[in-house]
Amino acid sequence: MMMGRATLMEVLSLGRPVAGARPWPRVVLDDRAWRALVGHMAVADWVLLAEWGGPDEVHVALRDEETGEIAIATRASADRRFFALGPVRPGAIRLERAIRDLWGLAPEGLEDQRPWLDHGHWPVHHPLGAASPPQPARPYRFLAAEGEGLHQVPVGPVHAGIIEPGHFRFHVQGETVVRLEARLGYVHKGISAAMAGQTPAGAARVAGRVSGDSTVAYALAFAHAVEAASDCSPPPRAVWLRAVLAEIERIANHVFDIGAICNDAGFPLALSEASLLREMLLRANESLFGHRLAMDRVIPGGLACDIDEAGAALLAATLTRFGKRFQRLVALYRDTPSLLDRTIGAGVVAGALVYRFGAGGFVGRAASRGVDARKVPGYPPYDQLDFVIPVRAEGDVDARIEIRIAEIRISLDLLARLLAGLPSGPVAAAVPRAAGEGLGVVEGFRGKILVWVRLAEDGTVAQCHPHDPSWFQWPLLEAAIEGNILADFPLCNKSFNCSYSGVDL
Amino acid sequence: MPLNHLLFRNIVKGHRTEPAPASDAHAAAELARGAPGAGLGRSLALRVVDCGSCNGCELELHAATGPAYDLDHLGLHVVASPRHADALVVTGPVSANMEPALRRTAQAVPRPNRVVALGDCAGDGGCFAGTYAVKGGVGQILPVDLHIPGCPPTPTRILAGLRALMDRER
Repeated sequence: MMMGRATLMEVLSLGRPVAGARPWPRVVLDDRAWRALVGHMAVADWVLLAEWGGPDEVHVALRDEETGEIAIATRASADRRFFALGPVRPGAIRLERAIRDLWGLAPEGLEDQRPWLDHGHWPVHHPLGAASPPQPARPYRFLAAEGEGLHQVPVGPVHAGIIEPGHFRFHVQGETVVRLEARLGYVHKGISAAMAGQTPAGAARVAGRVSGDSTVAYALAFAHAVEAASDCSPPPRAVWLRAVLAEIERIANHVFDIGAICNDAGFPLALSEASLLREMLLRANESLFGHRLAMDRVIPGGLACDIDEAGAALLAATLTRFGKRFQRLVALYRDTPSLLDRTIGAGVVAGALVYRFGAGGFVGRAASRGVDARKVPGYPPYDQLDFVIPVRAEGDVDARIEIRIAEIRISLDLLARLLAGLPSGPVAAAVPRAAGEGLGVVEGFRGKILVWVRLAEDGTVAQCHPHDPSWFQWPLLEAAIEGNILADFPLCNKSFNCSYSGVDL
Repeated sequence: MPLNHLLFRNIVKGHRTEPAPASDAHAAAELARGAPGAGLGRSLALRVVDCGSCNGCELELHAATGPAYDLDHLGLHVVASPRHADALVVTGPVSANMEPALRRTAQAVPRPNRVVALGDCAGDGGCFAGTYAVKGGVGQILPVDLHIPGCPPTPTRILAGLRALMDRER
């Protein structure tokens, strides 16, 4: 086995590159080379971007932090097993449990043998692999915590309020949380199965519903993947307008999150203000783009909507009004000591864990990890726009609020420049019908969204896999709540605002 | 200081809630074809259950409870327990993994009650219909009194549909 310092591409040179994989290479490795890759991962600064399965293969997308190279490594797995990454990248553990559930490929060396997405209610076992009759559900064994005076508090899947379903198992001592373990998968709806066989336009609708709050970001990542696979270039106007939609989505989600976090600290006034601010943006979306959340506006090849000069001016004026009002919300938050008392120092995530799990978005950036897909690997039009990535070191609820505040301001500034510089021309190009593979990487409001697509000869989607940033953030919530009081869980949870739908698939 | 400033502004400028939409005629017609009103009164307690939604419907439900639309001023409110509910509002195509929880939640709602399927997915499974993991709409599991369509339905549409439900219960 080759050891010592080697770059990702050097290690992948042991494999066979796949033709037609764009914009980053995909390399097929045999078992020996895959094990060598995993061996290197234990010591190399390679970030796990995503891991997913196929009928008889496992893929992992990695980025070499030293060289900036991105590549997909594939383990052809005719024997329906593969050497697990979980032991060297803890963020991969749930991904590999999901791969076992969906494709029936066994991760060798993975300690956690419990299912993840398969709760025993599907009509088939291993639905995306070699499907077999269902197996009876077995009781799910939560990780134990032992000690005098400990008791369990089970919460969910149906929560109080309007929230997505998931189960949280708390071990508490008095008020203090000793261990939290989440069990998700309740909203698994078979997204990969719903996309397979569809035209890119049809599958784009599903991509826009992987996580509804990130509909623009997912549709954009899917469009990037299809455009890479079919070698299609969207027109410049579409590229700029897509960024307009994406930044509006980022602001709308961030501002509502700020309000909702304050609400969970017992300060509903901030939520009222934030709701009205969010509503301004959704109404602008509806009047200018025809949908409040801008669903189905980003399509492979470009955009399904356009705005005229009057529309752009109206949007710019709305954003100016938004900016002024947003300042009042920020002042309200920062000048309310009883509120800050709840957010400062609560739900601290250690920077070391953020790096270990490769968590991005406001969770990562609030704990020293300054990553943003708009910068690295980067995509147009952001390569033509100068902007900063805010980073804080505290890792607490307050830092996650402050990162959102900073990002809203940066996005408002970006929007002003985007609207002032909109190129003219068409907003959509025809997508050629061709076989190919593509990977799209986009910064959604939660962090990095990846969509990998494989197109068949007739241009339909043979396989598609979306990867949500929450995969690497959910486990950190469990670490953040440890030692906090149980009553602060909603506050900490909201400050993470992880997607259930996005990871349940 | 910003707190006092904001509260003062809100007092001077009046509340932000906009006039509610009229009761939805399609919804009223759909309800008229179904069971007669159960006399649940002019105030309905809603228990929302996400059964596989992409969370788009939840976002618009949140907006409907927010100050611009304000479900509460119509006599509608979202409650934390099914035991306090007059109606279940169900979103999503009903994932197989949520089916047991949906059934148990429905059993916990006192009778008589109403079931509202909210969003295209809750109607027939939407773009997820036909996969191994979904049941294809709330009607496959529970008798549905009212379907509010849309992907997701706008807060205005949600309000108009729920008003029709209240009219039926008067």
